[in-house]
Amino acid sequence: MRIDPHHGVVGRAAPRTDALAQASGGLVYVDDLSYPSMLHGKILRSPQAHARIVSIDTSAAAALPGVHAVLTGADLPIAYGLLPVAQDEHALAIDKVRQVGDAVAAVAADDPDIAQRAVELIDVVYEPLPVVATMNDAVEIVDEPIHGDGPRNNRHREVSLDFGDVDAGFDRADHIREDVFFYQGNNHAALEPHGAVALVEDDGRLHLWSATQVPHYLHRIVAKVLEIPEHRIRVTANPTGGGFGAKTDVFAHELVAAKLALATGRPVKLILTREEVFYAHRGRHPVLMWIRTGFTGAGEITAMWFRTYVDGGAYGSYGPASLLYTGQLQTTTYRIPAYRFQGVRFFTNKPACGPKRGHGTPQPRFGLEVHLDKAAEDLGLDPVTIRERNLVHPFSTTVNHLRITSCGLADCIERVVEASEFRAKHRNLPPNRGIGLAVGAYMSGAGLPIYFNDMPQSEVLLKVDRGGLVTVYSMAADCGQGSTTMLATVVGEALGLDAADLAVVTADTDLTPIDLGSYSSRVTFMAGNAALEAAMKLADLILTAVADELELDTDDVRLGRGVVLAGDREIPWPDAVRMAEARWGLLTAAGSYKPPKGIRGDYKGAGVGPSPAYSYSACVAEVDCDPETGFVAVEQVWLAHDIGRAINPLLVRGQIEGSVHMALGETLMEEQAFRGALHDGPSLLDYKIPTALEMPPVEAILVESIDPEGPFGAKEVGQGPLLPVMPAVANAVHDALGIRVDEIPLRPDKILAALRDRERDGQGRYGPTDLPAYEFRPPLPVDPPPELR
Amino acid sequence: MRYDADMVEPQVEPVRLEVNGIERRLFVAPHRTLLETLREDLGLTGTKHGCELGECGACTVLVDGVAVLSCLALTLDADGAEIVTIEGIGSVSHPHPLQRSFADHGAAQCGYCTPAMILTAKALLDRDPHPTDREITEAIAGNMCRCTGYLPIVRAIAAVAAEDRP
Amino acid sequence: MLRLPVLRHAAPTSLDEAIARLSEDGAMLAAGGTDLVPNLKRRQYPEAKTIVSLRRVTGLDGVSVDDDGTLRIGAMTTVARLADDGAVPEVLREAAGAVASPQLRNRGTVGGNLCVDTRCHWLNVPETWREAAEPCLKAGGEMCWVAPAKKVCWAVSSSDLAPAMVALDASVRLAGPDGERTTPVAELYRDDGMDHLAKAPNEILVEVIVPPLGERRAGYRKLRRRGSIDFPILGVAAVLEIDGDVCTDARLVLGAVASAPVRVTAAEDLLTGRALDANVIQEAAELAGKAVRPMSNTDLTSRYRKKMVPVFVRRLLRDLVDA
Repeated sequence: MRIDPHHGVVGRAAPRTDALAQASGGLVYVDDLSYPSMLHGKILRSPQAHARIVSIDTSAAAALPGVHAVLTGADLPIAYGLLPVAQDEHALAIDKVRQVGDAVAAVAADDPDIAQRAVELIDVVYEPLPVVATMNDAVEIVDEPIHGDGPRNNRHREVSLDFGDVDAGFDRADHIREDVFFYQGNNHAALEPHGAVALVEDDGRLHLWSATQVPHYLHRIVAKVLEIPEHRIRVTANPTGGGFGAKTDVFAHELVAAKLALATGRPVKLILTREEVFYAHRGRHPVLMWIRTGFTGAGEITAMWFRTYVDGGAYGSYGPASLLYTGQLQTTTYRIPAYRFQGVRFFTNKPACGPKRGHGTPQPRFGLEVHLDKAAEDLGLDPVTIRERNLVHPFSTTVNHLRITSCGLADCIERVVEASEFRAKHRNLPPNRGIGLAVGAYMSGAGLPIYFNDMPQSEVLLKVDRGGLVTVYSMAADCGQGSTTMLATVVGEALGLDAADLAVVTADTDLTPIDLGSYSSRVTFMAGNAALEAAMKLADLILTAVADELELDTDDVRLGRGVVLAGDREIPWPDAVRMAEARWGLLTAAGSYKPPKGIRGDYKGAGVGPSPAYSYSACVAEVDCDPETGFVAVEQVWLAHDIGRAINPLLVRGQIEGSVHMALGETLMEEQAFRGALHDGPSLLDYKIPTALEMPPVEAILVESIDPEGPFGAKEVGQGPLLPVMPAVANAVHDALGIRVDEIPLRPDKILAALRDRERDGQGRYGPTDLPAYEFRPPLPVDPPPELR
Repeated sequence: MRYDADMVEPQVEPVRLEVNGIERRLFVAPHRTLLETLREDLGLTGTKHGCELGECGACTVLVDGVAVLSCLALTLDADGAEIVTIEGIGSVSHPHPLQRSFADHGAAQCGYCTPAMILTAKALLDRDPHPTDREITEAIAGNMCRCTGYLPIVRAIAAVAAEDRP
Repeated sequence: MLRLPVLRHAAPTSLDEAIARLSEDGAMLAAGGTDLVPNLKRRQYPEAKTIVSLRRVTGLDGVSVDDDGTLRIGAMTTVARLADDGAVPEVLREAAGAVASPQLRNRGTVGGNLCVDTRCHWLNVPETWREAAEPCLKAGGEMCWVAPAKKVCWAVSSSDLAPAMVALDASVRLAGPDGERTTPVAELYRDDGMDHLAKAPNEILVEVIVPPLGERRAGYRKLRRRGSIDFPILGVAAVLEIDGDVCTDARLVLGAVASAPVRVTAAEDLLTGRALDANVIQEAAELAGKAVRPMSNTDLTSRYRKKMVPVFVRRLLRDLVDA
């Protein structure tokens, strides 16, 4: 049911409900917790990328005065992983280590200096094994697979799917284009390092605080690994000092802190250093891509074949989903009548990759949007036209069975093209200046939960006290995106109350009903819908009670702003609440949200990609390049985003500007690169986050397509706006210099290499050409949905 | 290569700091940084840390009115200094104009860099009440923010600078 | 949280006392501490036992100008102060303003920046990382990982002020157990990443003396990835005396391409006595490019950094000529 806002709460650019607490240093992050008699934990990490553990001697550490517990892998023997299909991690290494930085042993001590000294006293003997540093290594080095229980190679997962008649699609093409792209991995670099605090409560239950985006999944995994029933564990997610996906997995330090608290009976704090954060990683996968697309002479896509080679690092993590995301969402922006997707994820002896803002989709989006730009040039079309000719239709189904509902992509393109004067500028700017266009789409929440179940993905409980205060209970974890403010705003709008006048209790497994977590841009859509349902039920209870009390017809009673309008009377909200409590007893209401059935296909892999709604973005970037130094200065970015409806435009704009910043970092300088299997520089000096000086002006344009299923029509904004920025800049660099750097990041040395290539009568290209010698299995045919057959 | 902590006997030394206008006399170990003393000895956890190596700016506090990185400052070296942390300039109940402006402009998302950003901005405005946007941007170029793209932060600071412009 | 190893602290109140404390085993000198503290936190100095802080020694900071125009800069003068001081020539203000970030300039000192330890991406890395790689030469190992062929450390001189001071013919006053001596900044450095300062460990740099610039033109340009925070991966300082059209004297010094600032005398000689047209400038720039061999030991590739030398030299010289 579509519900339109009319109280002026939704749509108002209001500060976050906790904004002053943030600005006054009062918000309590996990490292700000402190308890009497608290111990300090420290983890010993592997200096070996791949090695068998021959022996661990902890006796000297255990004997050090002030040390209260020492753990090794034998103390936490149960394997875990966030996905049911990837249970391949141990809190502390057992038998072997698979990356530099793997956790090997841990201590709890009276102070951090003693803890540091204690881990230095642990003696580990390693037997080095062959190191798999690259995807080529993964194919070639098979004597000692990184994970021994898999096949005798380092392939983690493979997917090979055919949607529709791909060969026929290529047969009818007038023009076929092939390209190879590489997208280097990168780190979230949230400013707050990960950390956890654990203690045993007075009732003997374990309480774990963590800087996590996923308290529910953490709860389940702590129970599994520590072999404690879930009801004996309480997990609280602190506000995180930035997430971006970094804190959506479960990490060794969380399990170790919990185990150390149980072992010592004392509170234990364990905060990672920045170096350890780079080893924990779970960031953007490096992806090598090969794309082949057939076009008609008019630029319509007839078929697409997309291959991705994904460097997963040492563990599964979200990898099986990440792999599918490198192929699944291409169809959400363009009509692709026949589509072949083949992808493979390898294990390598490097920190495990996982979800970072855009999860698996920025890499193929970069490839696809640059590929289309090149195809447009081949066909004599401009970049706007080739996209417009292939745009996905609102309320349609894609060839890989994704349900498209509201879609403001055409509007987004028109708005950025107009605002940037793209048509006038493209190919017409002065030398070394250029302009580029690209688009993207992202999910408003993954259609399926991470572990299979039929229960809601999000639940919200409302409770009203006699003074009229409405408290919202939700497990949604605010990682800076503003989910707490969103909940207050949605409930406030539904009840006619100011968001700032509500209380919101979040992210605590003892107190709040399920929300699966702050990942896949799911919270506004899912927790928002659950909150809206609860609020509508609560409104009904109150209106009914008021109507009964005043002997009015229910049609004559409705909510005003802070009042109940009953006939010609205005009942102040607290009075109305007291009438309702007298009528019903304790006033509570609950709402749940589960994505609708029928938004996915039934092939293997169909679980990744479906979403109840997709957001859309279009981006234009204008650049000024220095052909002598290869430096690219991004002068301005225009970004239009189909948000469905902006629940809070201030926060929506913030997500757009922040996405542009993170995207420009990836585009120009950030990379999680390696020397062999050694991180190229696990510090915030060597890992280059753009400073304020690198940030161009951003014109954020909100397009409101009013989604029929979103709360008040809203969709996501946390991730989608990042996607088109990288290819828009790459396309702008081409417009400026006539070269193509088919690789992210667009480092200055690569720009110069492409210019050199052009001077030598080459094409002016820098980028990959070779693919790993890996044979995909034949694609599994999947029938297109009936309407496309 | 590991440090041999046995080489040096831990010892504590007296230090006198004026923190947020209040004199604090403490005994601290010589290897303790001002960051650790503020957060762990004085409970002033509004000062954050992201790298502890002087690379991110999150631990910025004011020492004798100047923005410095508390992760690189030894507590003993601050003997006699006037230190201002985020707790010293305002609170939720009585926010400093910069704190109010950061809130109103959406200049904080996760909020982790915010205390350091606000103190850096305060040092700037104390020195130059009416900076240009470019000067604001240069002043915060040592403070990393991963959420906002810096633009709302510049707007928030510029708004305060504009408030008392003649 | 990454913390310092357990250390002692000395806060001498006189230069003599500071020199005495610095003569003790394991003493490390701290001015602003912005270079020493991170290196200590990364456990780069296993010999360290005591931090000797110069902060209580009075009279070491401030900028003054002698009657003849000679500039005297106290070693404890902050980099920020140098960047802001109207009495300081523009070239030094440019170089100071390009150092690190605002907070680091507020704390870092002129003496500290001139003495900043050489850097290498095999050494200035966190502890687990360094353990994962075999220790390099400077970390007590047998080999330099940047150029394994020779037993030489190639760690990079990373001071922004050093090339500018060398180009200005500045000197430093050093105080040690045997009294004071003054030496040209150019002779303060050795092209040895292990031991890049030609001074005894218990000698303290107390003052920088910069001869008057007069009518000469001077400038500094810095290559780095970001507009703030980053160390130089190339620094170019030049001082030109131009009479009419003709260059009568030239200094050209490169930073961050070796373990010491590199004075490009071949280019200086070429420029001297010539009218600085585009061809001459280009020729000098190419000579500068040939004079140095950056290594793969800091940000971006050695090949790229070498390629940037003539570009940055040409741009700086052209700007100075056009000024």
